[in-house]
Amino acid sequence: MEIRKHDVLVLGTGLAGLRAAVEVLKVSKDKLSVGIVSKVHLMRSHSVAPEGGAAAVLSENDSFDQHAYDTVKGSDFLADQDVVETYVRLFPKEILQLEHWGRPWSRNDDGSVAMRLFGAHDVPRTVFAEDRTGFFLMRTLYDTLLKFENFERYDEYLALSIIIDDREFRGLLTLEKSSGNYVLFESKALVIATGGLGRLWEFTTNAHTTTGDGFAIALRAGIPLKDMEFVQWLPTCMVPHGIPATEALRGHGAVLLNSKGERFMKHYAPSKMELAARDIVSRAMITEIREGRGFKGPEDMECVMLDARPVGEDKLMTIYKTFVENARDFIGIDPLEELVPVRPAAHFAMGGIDVDINLTTIIPGIYAAGEVACPGFDGANRLGSNSLPLCLATGRIAGQNAAVYAMRKNATSSSRVFQNAEREMEKFERLTQIKGSRNPYELKKELSHIMESYVGLFRDEAGLLKALERIRQLKISYLTDLSIDDSSKVFNTELTNAIEFGFMLDVAEVITLSALKREESRGAHYRTDFPKRDDEKWLKHSVVRITDAGLAVSYRPVKITKWKPEERRY
Amino acid sequence: MKWEITLRVFRFDPERERKPKFAEYEVPVDEYTRVLEALLWVKENIDPSLNLRYSCRMAMCGSCGMLINNKPRLACKTIIKTLKTDVVEVKPLPKFKVIRDLVVEMDDFFDKHRSVKPYLIRRNVQEQENPTGFYFQTSEEVRRYIQFAYCIMCGLCSSSCPIFRSGGRYLGPQALAQAFRYLADSRDEGFDVREKILNSDKGVWRCHFAGECSEACPKGVEPAEAIQRLRRKLL
Repeated sequence: MEIRKHDVLVLGTGLAGLRAAVEVLKVSKDKLSVGIVSKVHLMRSHSVAPEGGAAAVLSENDSFDQHAYDTVKGSDFLADQDVVETYVRLFPKEILQLEHWGRPWSRNDDGSVAMRLFGAHDVPRTVFAEDRTGFFLMRTLYDTLLKFENFERYDEYLALSIIIDDREFRGLLTLEKSSGNYVLFESKALVIATGGLGRLWEFTTNAHTTTGDGFAIALRAGIPLKDMEFVQWLPTCMVPHGIPATEALRGHGAVLLNSKGERFMKHYAPSKMELAARDIVSRAMITEIREGRGFKGPEDMECVMLDARPVGEDKLMTIYKTFVENARDFIGIDPLEELVPVRPAAHFAMGGIDVDINLTTIIPGIYAAGEVACPGFDGANRLGSNSLPLCLATGRIAGQNAAVYAMRKNATSSSRVFQNAEREMEKFERLTQIKGSRNPYELKKELSHIMESYVGLFRDEAGLLKALERIRQLKISYLTDLSIDDSSKVFNTELTNAIEFGFMLDVAEVITLSALKREESRGAHYRTDFPKRDDEKWLKHSVVRITDAGLAVSYRPVKITKWKPEERRY
Repeated sequence: MKWEITLRVFRFDPERERKPKFAEYEVPVDEYTRVLEALLWVKENIDPSLNLRYSCRMAMCGSCGMLINNKPRLACKTIIKTLKTDVVEVKPLPKFKVIRDLVVEMDDFFDKHRSVKPYLIRRNVQEQENPTGFYFQTSEEVRRYIQFAYCIMCGLCSSSCPIFRSGGRYLGPQALAQAFRYLADSRDEGFDVREKILNSDKGVWRCHFAGECSEACPKGVEPAEAIQRLRRKLL
């Protein structure tokens, strides 16, 4: 096992991770040495995908209170209001800072930054660049990182285990893909920014690499996960691949149609229509399909139709160019002329690693940022275009706090760290020696089918119980009957995929258990057997941790400052 | 409609083999199947030791550049039906060292990109790091560089360039187009610090205008045009 040492480690290189790395270097004036660890090349994380934009209060017709209220209402009142009020004030600062680092924003004729309307926001406050908003943010941060000197990049290292000693963060065990060697990183602080978990489901917007690694690594290290039952389905994703058609299109006039040619959203959200909160639009689409008013789309997948023609050719060919290219290139449909087949796809984890408003976890030295972190901003449903500024803001705060922590702390060394890492390494080496009968792809297919069938948009007790039982059986198969054929060390992706699948199993169990326990419907978590929100019993966060007796669920109150819970109507 | 194609794939495991070989697989496809899905079908159903890079599967992350029927393309953006052949041949990107199968070494490509200082340079660094208000930029000024900012760093352009890695130290179309992306940005003040490397023996004058780079680019960046404009700026 090789050892590398840095002051601060950043794990994951999407928006939150790159923003954190840049912040550590900036705050410390290039004095702290930063190790940047990613399982992909640094610029290839899935933050390149978001199309629509970033929400921020930048106009005179808008206010921080309005943005905070829209977010809290969208969250179905599960958001911690102190967190929301604090973070929305950082968003415009981040938009401005990124602009100063070179990121293009679409501008109005007078040179001011252009804004558009997004779902469940009361005013247009989403800034954008064509429909490649996430991509330009990623490239700007990657480019900006290259200005600094005191960092090492570790492209294509898969993180395996967090090493803790004396209740403090000490190191991170990884597997270097190109050599197949185990590498232990020792450092004072760690920022976990590994992104989401969409690949747990069959139909998802997420990249193949979005396998929930950070959630599982933290959980296994004893750090709790919070609000994991809340997973967002993005309404308009093109069939059969799950590539999104941005919500911004609906802000510019695109409508949803059922097989009767009807704008069915009028039955579900008469005032906001297609721009209601995402959970409401997604459930409406699936309800239409289930009640026989859907279409058979490509590869026989059931869907409804998105009519983007009202957006107009001018806009479609300029600020929605990526959408038009994707529809033409990937499914052979021209949105200027034809209806686009769409259905909701698993998209975003509202829950995540339990952190406070400063992005600190219960372990000194460990911080989390971006989608994998849950500071309590998103609650039970995230608003579209809140996630990009949230990744930036949380990356910045986590980076700052990790830097301050690392500057105050003296480097220590202990042989126990190495021994712990060796014990962890043996657990992963054991996977290759099981020599059972089932390959990781077969097992993964089974898991995503379970999640799609029982832990989807509509849930009930019987289904969740069945899912939990089958996930636990799969965990046993994984440890006793796994087969990994490829025994080469160099770039062995069968092995790395098998390790990722192990992470997915742990995360799936937490989501399913949290969903089973929460006997109400709130935001993205919908129980057909408990279809109403129940503030008396359930206005609280769920917190899951590992104990000797298995997973334990506890609850924590929601912080309410200005806005008393009310019925959510759009 | 479903049919079968033959996927002929370059295979090389440096731990076990001295020479690369080709393996052939029969793969079921339909009108939506992309080369990436065909490769993953092989990996999941026939031979899990087949290795490739892939991630976003929507032509944004730049992971899956490879040589498909002898043209550099993204596997996720190449619909098999459009290739109009029953045999699809897949090889690693040329000009890059093979790590294993379709996976190539890209460190030097990233270093070349870094060497042109691909970030916004301002004289007033204090204000840049502690911004007081947006830099003024019109939508026309955004239009002048945004196409060149589409680069996803997949490497298709440089791998198709006849000069790149043909003996000299030429930076290649990807790096040069990214230098132009910042030089064409009305907010940038970094011409002086980039001029030397662009004018050097690694720089823009090595380009022979084969134009292969612009043809290969899956995002419409037009590196050849960027290089031509850089030359005009440097004269």
